[in-house]
Amino acid sequence: MGGKNSVGFLILIIGIILIPFMVTNDYYLGVLIFTAFNCLACIGLCLLMGYAGQISIGHGAFIAIGAYTSGILTAKFAWSPWLAMFCGILIVIVIAFCLGIPALRLKGHYLAMATLGFASIVHIVAVAAVDLTGGPSGLVNIPRLDFFGYVLSSDKQYFYFSWSVVALGVYIAFNLINSRVGRGLQAIHGSEDAASSLGINITSYKVQVFILSAVFASVSGSLYAYYMNYIDPGPFDVSHSILLVTMVAVGGLHNIWGALIGAVFLSLLPEFLSFLSDYLQVLGIAYQPDYDTLVYGFILLIIMLFLPEGLFKGFGNITQFVRSIFKKFSKRASDRVK
Amino acid sequence: MSNSILELEMLRKNFGGVVAVSDLSLQIEQGAITSLIGPNGAGKTTIFNLVTGFLAPSSGHIKFAGRIVNKMKPHTIASIGIGRTFQNVQIFPKMSVIENIMVGRHLRSNAGIFYSCVLPPFLRKEEKRIQEAAEEQLHFLNLAQHAHAPAGSLPLGNQRMLEIARALAIEPKLLLLDEPASGLNARETIAMGELIEKIKQMNVTVLLVEHDMELVMDISDYVAVINFGKLIAEGTPVEIQENEDVIAAYLGE
Repeated sequence: MGGKNSVGFLILIIGIILIPFMVTNDYYLGVLIFTAFNCLACIGLCLLMGYAGQISIGHGAFIAIGAYTSGILTAKFAWSPWLAMFCGILIVIVIAFCLGIPALRLKGHYLAMATLGFASIVHIVAVAAVDLTGGPSGLVNIPRLDFFGYVLSSDKQYFYFSWSVVALGVYIAFNLINSRVGRGLQAIHGSEDAASSLGINITSYKVQVFILSAVFASVSGSLYAYYMNYIDPGPFDVSHSILLVTMVAVGGLHNIWGALIGAVFLSLLPEFLSFLSDYLQVLGIAYQPDYDTLVYGFILLIIMLFLPEGLFKGFGNITQFVRSIFKKFSKRASDRVK
Repeated sequence: MSNSILELEMLRKNFGGVVAVSDLSLQIEQGAITSLIGPNGAGKTTIFNLVTGFLAPSSGHIKFAGRIVNKMKPHTIASIGIGRTFQNVQIFPKMSVIENIMVGRHLRSNAGIFYSCVLPPFLRKEEKRIQEAAEEQLHFLNLAQHAHAPAGSLPLGNQRMLEIARALAIEPKLLLLDEPASGLNARETIAMGELIEKIKQMNVTVLLVEHDMELVMDISDYVAVINFGKLIAEGTPVEIQENEDVIAAYLGE
């Protein structure tokens, strides 16, 4: 990890340590735990979108597979949660491989279509395979995670655990980006012809990153299942997959920090909007939670128009702009002194 | 030509009804600088794309170091020792200059995605070796002062140098340069010629496509002239300059 990223990483760690002391409300802590799950999926998706230049509109399906594998194996077959999570990872690797090989051989956005179709199938199976998944009424009795018998029972413990996994995910992502493989990926994004003329197997790399991003999603799903102790098909529909893509795009495609910021921003936005709606009520405007989608769309539109590189780069540009104005003023002031 | 590294045998490439390369046979001598010249659209870049696996020949054979390489993918061709540059410079503009060259060390290192994610100690060593090799390459090309600048910010001449440095980083036996001097000014062109001669001294065979005749005649050991996908003449620069077919092709008699 380079200098700036180490600083960012330090800030992330300090934030993780301090936040539970500031947020004592269990509901908000829960929201932040969900945010961690989204962050995890978005890190993987950012590697795929920002570094390999491919879009998956089906990452919700990998989250679902992770969640359901964990849920079914622990609740119905009494497996250890860790083993079940590992099993979910293996299943996702096989599926991502089978999806990725045909879709990524072709130039263009075939992966987006393949994953979109796949996400719909997974959702339908989750709803219809009642014997296995519990269908629309869901799967209950999923245990919490434990470390050698020490169960993560409180939300605070789970907050620390899930955000530690996010920090680990960030660490892994930065290792990858600054490695031989990461450079290969950036090269592919820069020019596929040049990359292959240097001996980089483009299809193989794209498939590998797709698999890695699916593993991130699967782990996120398993953690979700162990936190909720209950899963139903509701949160795993295609719209969630699209929301994940939106998070990464809003934060900034080409930067892991951007993906994190996007994930945090859009995960917390509904809470902020419901908070805001109380005030709007006073003004006589009846804000419905259904309007959230509208606000999402509006934010995406604004960001694509004015901050096409995402919030992360956008903030950077704004601070640079402010700094340049400040410099101008200080220069003028010093000229006057002379 | 006695000792050839690359042999084209009755090579043909059709694009629909258009014949870009027409039953062309040519041998490229090892350790020499050979230039492919010819009017625009003669099929020179198509030949490059065939040799490097970006296009598959319609018929005929391409033999590199005695091995038929017709059906190989570009990345496999690179791995057996053929490097190339592109007519429209294809550097990775957002990556730094040194990172561009580090990508070129891809074939000379082997960390997979798993090890890259967890970064064990032996990988740090490999990473260091990649970096050192890249720095060496930068010094060779006098680009060291730009090492950490984004590659896209370099002037065109340096971008072409960088592209060659990157191709050299794979340690090729044969290097294909597609119009390395196009868009360069006179001084940059001279530097480019010196660089290509230095590459030859490193025992790398060079195959060159170039329109700058002064440069071609200056540095080439052999020249092959192509028109309408056919070989119309080959020989030393002096022989070519006196060849009437060549003069006719160029002056359109």
